[in-house]
Amino acid sequence: MKKAVVLRFPGTNCEFDTDYALKKLGFDVEVVWHKEEKLPECDLVVVPGGFSYGDYLRSGSIARFSPIMNAVTKFANKGGYVLGICNGFQILTEAGLLPGALKRNNSLHFISKFQHIKVINNDNKFLQKCEVGEVLNIPVAHADGNYYIDDEGLEKLKANNQILIQYCEENGQRVVLNGSVESIGGVCNENKNVFGLMPHPERAIELALGSIDGIKMLEGFKA
Amino acid sequence: MKAVVNVFLKEGVLDPQGKATRHALGSLGFNNVNEVRIGKQIVIDLGASSKEEALKEVEKMSETLLANTVIEDYNIEIIE
Repeated sequence: MKKAVVLRFPGTNCEFDTDYALKKLGFDVEVVWHKEEKLPECDLVVVPGGFSYGDYLRSGSIARFSPIMNAVTKFANKGGYVLGICNGFQILTEAGLLPGALKRNNSLHFISKFQHIKVINNDNKFLQKCEVGEVLNIPVAHADGNYYIDDEGLEKLKANNQILIQYCEENGQRVVLNGSVESIGGVCNENKNVFGLMPHPERAIELALGSIDGIKMLEGFKA
Repeated sequence: MKAVVNVFLKEGVLDPQGKATRHALGSLGFNNVNEVRIGKQIVIDLGASSKEEALKEVEKMSETLLANTVIEDYNIEIIE
């Protein structure tokens, strides 16, 4: 059985949804407190959503210095798989494990709704079960999801297939959701073992809750 | 000793809060406003023995935590 570790910081609020989703997909899951200095043996580390440290200073900026993050950085540098969802994505960019940064939404509003996203690249562990161009319906809930990267960085992302998803209409037409550069909703690192996205796949695993498109995404880590 | 750190989004990085505020000023009749940039000011009380030492220390703080240099610039003022 694959083992996933879900991190928990003060202010994290998606750790139990993530735990539920991963267990449903057949993972053995352990929730780990941020003060721990060591990671248990595992196949995947998930940095879940929420408002670590109340989003003080900048979203994710303080959590990234929690003791557990040293272990996560070492794990990632050895090729271990790390997934950051929403606040987790912010933490991973702040930690320098993912390129770019997440700014305040251009509307200045907290956006909480179902959002269509288009798969841009699937030559990676995370989205290997999805097709390129496939449109998924996944909830978003964030105030700071406005992805920024400079032109040079953007070219690198494109050249190395690091853009994971873009926000779109149901028909796949790209749409401006929060002001992100090229409507980017998720990226991975150059080695394709660290992933981050603003949408919440763990909230899209039960038909009763509106969508099961998140299963296809998270299942990539089971293969 | 006191250090004042001003953190702003870099030139060329769109500042949505500044933009919204500029529009609000315009609708209040302040028509001469070309641009508004909103940042934050961080005031640090520290026990450094000299201005130079304080500046060095606060520069390190700014680079590691206070600013995200991917999107932000900062400046530091040391007040005795």
